[in-house]
Amino acid sequence: MLLKKGAEASLFLEEWQGRKVIMKRRLPKAYRLAALDETIRVQRTAHEPQIIHRAKEAGVPTPTLYLVDVANANIIMEFIEGKQVKQILNELSQVERASLCRHIGTLIGRLHSHGIVHGDLTTSNMILTPQGKVFFVDFGLSERSSELEAKGVDLHLMKRALQSTHFRSAKECFEAVIAGYSKVVGKDAAEDVLNKIREIGRRGRYVSER
Amino acid sequence: MATRRKAVSYCLGLESTADDFSVGILSFKGKILANEISVFMPETGGIHPREAARHHAEVAGKILAKAVQKAGIRPRDIKIIAFSQGPGLGPCLRTGATAARALASYLQVPLVGVNHCVAHIEIGKHITGAKNPLTLYVSGGNTLVAAFEAGRYRVFGETLDIAVGNCLDVFAREAGLYQKLGAPFGALVEQLAARSQNFISLPYTVKGMDLSFSGLLTAAIELLHRGQHRLEDVCYSLQEVAFSMLSEVTERALAHTEKPELLLTGGVAANKRLKSMLETIAKEHNAKFCVVPKQYALDNGAMIAWTGILAYQHGLSTPIEKSFVRLKWRLDEVYAPWVGG
Repeated sequence: MLLKKGAEASLFLEEWQGRKVIMKRRLPKAYRLAALDETIRVQRTAHEPQIIHRAKEAGVPTPTLYLVDVANANIIMEFIEGKQVKQILNELSQVERASLCRHIGTLIGRLHSHGIVHGDLTTSNMILTPQGKVFFVDFGLSERSSELEAKGVDLHLMKRALQSTHFRSAKECFEAVIAGYSKVVGKDAAEDVLNKIREIGRRGRYVSER
Repeated sequence: MATRRKAVSYCLGLESTADDFSVGILSFKGKILANEISVFMPETGGIHPREAARHHAEVAGKILAKAVQKAGIRPRDIKIIAFSQGPGLGPCLRTGATAARALASYLQVPLVGVNHCVAHIEIGKHITGAKNPLTLYVSGGNTLVAAFEAGRYRVFGETLDIAVGNCLDVFAREAGLYQKLGAPFGALVEQLAARSQNFISLPYTVKGMDLSFSGLLTAAIELLHRGQHRLEDVCYSLQEVAFSMLSEVTERALAHTEKPELLLTGGVAANKRLKSMLETIAKEHNAKFCVVPKQYALDNGAMIAWTGILAYQHGLSTPIEKSFVRLKWRLDEVYAPWVGG
C-alpha cells in the first residue's frame, strides 16, 4: 500500500516475512535525465543505510534495516508505529512542546557529534512513538561531515521547517532545540553553530539584518 | 455632464525593482487595460543598480503616458497608485517610489506599497485562475517555493545563495554570449542546450527544500574554461542539473503541502525544459499545472496594480511617510488579509 509519494522515494507499507515493514523505493523520476536519475537514486540508496547505521551508533533511534537492494534502489525497513512530529507539535501544550523540541535537539546534537548531518531536518521526518521515543526516519539527504558549515545548514533547515509549518511556536521550538543540542555538544560548540546559522541566514535572499 | 459614463475605479501600478520599469493599469474588477514595460539591458556586465535607476528615471514619463493612453482612461479615473516597495535594488526601487509618491499626491489618491514577490503570485493566480497554489518563482533575482498558510505566504524552500536566473546569466556572460531584447541570456542558454544530448556530471546541491546554485555555477564555468567540451554540452548539463534540483524541491514541497495547484512564474518560467519537468511532477501529484504567460511572469506593472487593488480593498494603504522602500522585504513578512483560508 502506498503510504506517501515523496520527492525522493515512494514509501509502501507492506507485509514482509510476517512483519509490518516500510518499503522505501526510489522509483525513477520521469522528469529528469535517465543518467542523472540513476546516479541520484543509486547513490542515495547506497548511502542511506551507512548513515542510518552510524546514527544508531550515535544513539539516535532509527528504523532497523532488513534489506538493502542498491541496484533496484530499494530498502526494506522496520515500520515505526507512532505519529509524525509534524502532526502533533501544534497540538501540544507549551511545556510538552518545549520538552519534545529539547529532546529533538539532543538527538541532532548526537548526530552532529558523530559526524553526521541529516540534511532534511523537518518535523515530518521525525516519529514520536507511543513510548515517547523519537525516531529519525529519512536519511536520504544525509552526509558524513563534521564541518561547521554543514552543521549550520542542517540546523538552519530545522529552523526554516519550524517557521513554515509551525509558525506560531517556531521561535520557542527552535530555542528548545538549541537548548537540547547545546547540552550534548557543549556550550561553546553550540555557540559556534549558532553564529554559523546566523551567517547562513544572512547569506540568503532579503534578510533584514544583513 | 456631457458624457454619462459609469464610474469605474482604476489602479495604476509601478514596477521598478530591478532592470524593468513598467506601468500597469487595471480596473478594480481585474481587467488589465495596460501593461507597458521598458527593459534596461546593459551592453556588458550585469545590472548596475544606479545605471538601471537612471534608465527608469529617463523612461518613466514616456511609459506612464503610453500606459494611460493605451488604457484610454482619464488620469482622474485613477483611484489608487500602487508601487513595488521591495524587495529589490535600492536605487531602482527609490526611482519608482518617487514617481509613485508624486503621482499620488498630484492626483490626491491613496498610495499602496506592494511586495514584489507577492505580486508575482497574485497576478499568476489572477491570470491562470489558480486558487491555492504552491508557487515556484524563478527569476534573475529570486528562487523560491512558497504557499499560503494561515494569513501569510510562507517560504518553504529558497536558494541559499544566488538565484537560478542569476546562475544562468553569469554562466552565459562567462561563455561570451550577448543578450538582446527578446533574447535574454536564459533563452540563449536554452537554445544551445537544445542542441545537445551529451550529459556531463555537475554538482547537484539540494538541502531539504533549499537549494544552492553557486557551486554549480563555479563548476560549470570551470568545465567551460577547461575547453574539452562543447558549449552546447555544458549548457545542456547546467540546465539539466539546475532544473532537476528545482524540480526535486518543488516536488518535496508539493508532497509536504499537498496543494491542489502548482504555479510557475518568474523569468525562468519561460524555459520549455523546466516547464515540462514541472508539468510531469504536477501530474504525478494530481495538481493542476499553471504557467504564468511571459508578459505577466516577467516583472510587470500589472501585477503591482492588481496586488495594490487587493490590498486596498482590504483596507491597506501606505501613507507617504511610511512609503520608504524595503530592499529586503521578505515574502513571509507580508500581511495578506485578502487571501482566503
